[in-house]
Amino acid sequence: MASVPAGHGSIPLPSNAKPQRSRSPAALLMRQLFRRRLVVLSFLIMAAILAVALLAPWITPFNPMKMDILGRLKPPSAAHWFGTDEYGRDVLSRVMLGARLSLLVGLLVVVVATLMGTLLGLAAGYIRPLDGVLMRLTDALMAFPDILLAIAFMAALGPSLYNVVLALGIVYTPRVARVVRAACLVVREMPFIEAATALGASTPRIVFLHILPNLISPILVQATFIFAYAILTEAALSFLGVGVPPTTPTWGNMIAGAQQYFQQADWLILFPGCAIVLTVLSLQIVGDGLRDALDPRLQKAK
Amino acid sequence: MLVYIVRRFAGMMIVMLLVAMVVFVIARVVPGDPAAVMLGSSATPEDIAALRGRLGLDEPLLTQFLLYLGQIVRFDLGESIFLNRPVAQALAERSELTALLTMMSVGIAMLIGVPIGILSAAKRGGLIDQTAVGLAMLAASIPSFWIGLTLIKYLAVDHAWFPVAGYGPPEADLMERMRHLVLPAIALGIPNSALILRFTRTSMLDVMSNDYVRTARAKGLPPLVVVLKHALRNAMIPILTVIGLTTAVMIAGAIVTETVFGLPGVGNLIVSAVLRRDYPVIQGALLVVSAIYVLINLTVDLLYAVVDPRVRY
Repeated sequence: MASVPAGHGSIPLPSNAKPQRSRSPAALLMRQLFRRRLVVLSFLIMAAILAVALLAPWITPFNPMKMDILGRLKPPSAAHWFGTDEYGRDVLSRVMLGARLSLLVGLLVVVVATLMGTLLGLAAGYIRPLDGVLMRLTDALMAFPDILLAIAFMAALGPSLYNVVLALGIVYTPRVARVVRAACLVVREMPFIEAATALGASTPRIVFLHILPNLISPILVQATFIFAYAILTEAALSFLGVGVPPTTPTWGNMIAGAQQYFQQADWLILFPGCAIVLTVLSLQIVGDGLRDALDPRLQKAK
Repeated sequence: MLVYIVRRFAGMMIVMLLVAMVVFVIARVVPGDPAAVMLGSSATPEDIAALRGRLGLDEPLLTQFLLYLGQIVRFDLGESIFLNRPVAQALAERSELTALLTMMSVGIAMLIGVPIGILSAAKRGGLIDQTAVGLAMLAASIPSFWIGLTLIKYLAVDHAWFPVAGYGPPEADLMERMRHLVLPAIALGIPNSALILRFTRTSMLDVMSNDYVRTARAKGLPPLVVVLKHALRNAMIPILTVIGLTTAVMIAGAIVTETVFGLPGVGNLIVSAVLRRDYPVIQGALLVVSAIYVLINLTVDLLYAVVDPRVRY
């Protein structure tokens, strides 16, 4: 729920710390990242969660939808590692399926917010007359706390998975737009842009071929944090009953559905909750690691 | 200074105008006829037509927006469809609880975030620092509603140290009410303490790399005096900013927390309004909460001058 833009707009400057020849930027990035063990660990956890999300339909130990009234609300056991819920469904299988749905929402939000935010940010940063209008608009959107704005959109759109994506996408667009604009303002003043302009390159060519590639790292950092926030906010929306429809077992919905039973059966909220925390925590650590690795100025400050 | 205040105030009015526009647009993107949606499937065409007339939906959009602005300026937020009372009154009735909850949560978040942040900066790079930074990141990753449910389960159900839910009987005194708000305030305070901790730490580290701090150390002042008296004072501005920001975020966070603990506050009002599609209430609440949000940010900016005499406008 933290709402300060976590990844500040930052342009990677050419690192002059250690001149390393014949290394691609990607290889350098990987080196920087893997220097920090915690980042590596979080990266692996994230990869594992993603793998579970992708493979969920094939690897769940039980059918996540299959009810078993006689075996309802059973505590964790050898057969059901995470216990069973109020309909006797296997909680582990549902948490695995929940990973698929929660990460899907998070990723789609990232795509929507990054696409819209990048376009708006580039427009504001490169086309001067648009700057004032677009930035005041982001001011207005950011004058709402994100959960409240999301609730308002959901109230207007009605509960559905894609409406959650749309609502959260709009909520997080201004963050991307601001970062992209700030970075774009710096890059557009660089000599190679002047050179491109002098060579007669068209505006779209300059913006997308010359400026955009230089903005990838701040966008990537911002996207990682938005992924984390989107998962948290989706869980909150679903918990309130204004998010993804309750029959879809996202992690937030699993916790919401357990409200009547968790006082006796705490495993019903424990495991989906831990899944949220683990995912969001790994994403934030990876995001921090990316930011440190991509911004040499920050490294010196450490 | 006065010029600055006036300028900032004018800027705020522009943002609020845009906020009103956003609120207006959100209420108009409802698929279909808002009046029909509000009344549900059992409504007769006459009912819908009557409500359309009452809401002014038959006017052109610009006229509707201007009418809406006129209402806002007169602090008229419209009538709730389900509660049979003005939205402003409904909000006012619920605001005491939310205000109290927010203040208690801010208090808890500050009590956790500021001292640990200072300690963390003072012991930079050490075990305490790394643990604190790690815990802050963990705290920021936990959904507040989940902390709330967990607290209910272990502290209220298993041990009965705190009330499970609710706000006590209407005649309960302030102490009794605050007792009901302890767990909600913790649930809301913990995730938000993370941001305060990180900002306090960063701000202190920035200040402590200054020459005058080194001078203070060099002339043999005790470390505690250097940190608290020399460094903290100058680190206060970013800390104040983030506390202001956190307060604003918590007002929104209260929506979720109130639902977890069954508290009849503004958040509860908003959620039930969404579930009942009571648009005037949603619009009013959006407007009021974002106005408070913007006001808090303005207040923080103006407080700068009080804390730091160097700030001139």
